[in-house]
Amino acid sequence: MIDRSAAQTDRQRRARRTSRSRKVRRETLLGFLFVLPAVAIYAVFVLLPLALTVQYSLYRWDGFNVPVWVGLSNYENVLTDPDLLNTIFNGFRLIFFFSLIPVSLGLVVASVIRRSATGGLGNVARTVLFLPQVIPLVAAGIVWSVVLSLTGVVNQLLTAIGLEGVTRAWLGDFDTALPAVGLIGTWVLLGLCTVLLLTGMTKIDPALYEAARIDGAGAIQEFRAITVPGLRQEIGVCVTVTVILALRSFDIVYVTTGGGPGLATMVPGLDIYVLAFQARAVGVASALAVVLIVLILVLILPIQYLSREKGE
Amino acid sequence: MRVDRRELYTGRLLLIVLMAVTILPFLSMFTTALAPSGSVPQGLSWPSDPQWSNFVDAFNVAHMSTLLYSSVFIVVLTVPISLVISTMAGFAIGLLRIPGASLLLLLFVFGLTLPYEGIVTPLYFLERQMGILNGRLAITLPLIALYMPFAVYWMRAHFVTMPPEISEAARVDGAGTWDLFWKIHVPLARPPIVSLGILMTVWTWNQFPLALVLVEDPNQRTAAGALGAFQGHYATDIPLLCAGSLLILLPTLIVFVAFQRQVITALLQGSVKG
Repeated sequence: MIDRSAAQTDRQRRARRTSRSRKVRRETLLGFLFVLPAVAIYAVFVLLPLALTVQYSLYRWDGFNVPVWVGLSNYENVLTDPDLLNTIFNGFRLIFFFSLIPVSLGLVVASVIRRSATGGLGNVARTVLFLPQVIPLVAAGIVWSVVLSLTGVVNQLLTAIGLEGVTRAWLGDFDTALPAVGLIGTWVLLGLCTVLLLTGMTKIDPALYEAARIDGAGAIQEFRAITVPGLRQEIGVCVTVTVILALRSFDIVYVTTGGGPGLATMVPGLDIYVLAFQARAVGVASALAVVLIVLILVLILPIQYLSREKGE
Repeated sequence: MRVDRRELYTGRLLLIVLMAVTILPFLSMFTTALAPSGSVPQGLSWPSDPQWSNFVDAFNVAHMSTLLYSSVFIVVLTVPISLVISTMAGFAIGLLRIPGASLLLLLFVFGLTLPYEGIVTPLYFLERQMGILNGRLAITLPLIALYMPFAVYWMRAHFVTMPPEISEAARVDGAGTWDLFWKIHVPLARPPIVSLGILMTVWTWNQFPLALVLVEDPNQRTAAGALGAFQGHYATDIPLLCAGSLLILLPTLIVFVAFQRQVITALLQGSVKG
């Protein structure tokens, strides 16, 4: 009697256990079904093309005929050809305008709003400065190609203050085209950096500012001792986002200069397009693409590391 | 806070100057759009005879109605699908913690810094092989895929903070996994889903390189893609180009002004997490 009931409960327990493990297995399967659509489309339209980019970069191919294996010579080309190297350096030069100016100016503007324009002016400034961030970059490019043209507002203003001598077609001049393109990036990104940093500032303990005030710190000391260190993480985010946007710039350059004059404003993103679809050098274009992808990763990882290290 | 007068005024002056620099290009574009069609723009000056008809002309020559229809179509296809599948994936990775969840997350995070230009060439050849090149699917499918790293990361960040008690309580009440997802967690995840939706709408509307490479016909592109083509055709008629650009800008500006707070919050969180 006792034995039998023991055996029975044992069997029940075992049955329950297997049904439970079957249930767990079913749940796991269901969980995989949840990620499946995302993983599948990501694999086909991102990971596969990524692998293909690497593959193409090892061939000479015009997009139609049979590809010819060339090993690493496309990479050699990218890393030694003066034009291609210059293209990559242009990407780095844009970091100055897309990242350095917006982040530093954004820090100043955010502090000004916090200290001197807490009311309506600050709110209006925030909205207005943010405007360029929501319009398509293509539109920003078109707007500025009108503004910077020979008869545009910039030259009109310069003439008005007696500087006719420096007026020119800013985007068509070998010396000024790249900075001009860069400043369009500054215009687009200043608002984003300002608002991001301003949000970070609200998280800084007001007691710190109070203490600094009691110690008689001025605006500049306060800025250096409290604001900048307190915003370490937000600055990291701003730098990360803007550096990526500088290196992968495409829209603005395509619309305003098309990479010219000459190759003065050619950037990697645009050159990949030109090489692959106009010069029909798919192999070199792909090698440049791989170099660009790696460069962005190599630059971003340390920034992420540095800004998070003490932040969290 | 005590701020001395000089600082107050220099600070405000700086803000006003920067705002002027931000607004000036838009104003200049507006006055240029009103100049006689085909004329050379003359900086910022109110035209003696404003040609409001330029906007009508631009609307017609740019096939604006087809183009807006196309852009809306792409957004309506891309954004909801992306939202549904990324929310499901974020739920499985962040909340169900399926085996290999952290590995899957890593796989998606890897795509976060990937420049679109880096994969657009093989996408072209891949889509040519699949026979979907030059249609609206040609933009939609890669866009959904390219949004996955950010979208999954974003939704997972939400689900990972959900207290397990909520799910446990629902399980005790006999809810299956699907009910748990659809009836309990999706309603709770509304704020991050809405932000993500706004973000992806703006990104899709403004998407240019993919549209340029993958779709030849400007009438099947995104708004920004069509604008790029429009610029190519009417580069010589600056007033008309400006009028057309303003028309394409208008929807984004209206959305921005109407949903200002949400857009700013979404874009900010977007860049923080990105």
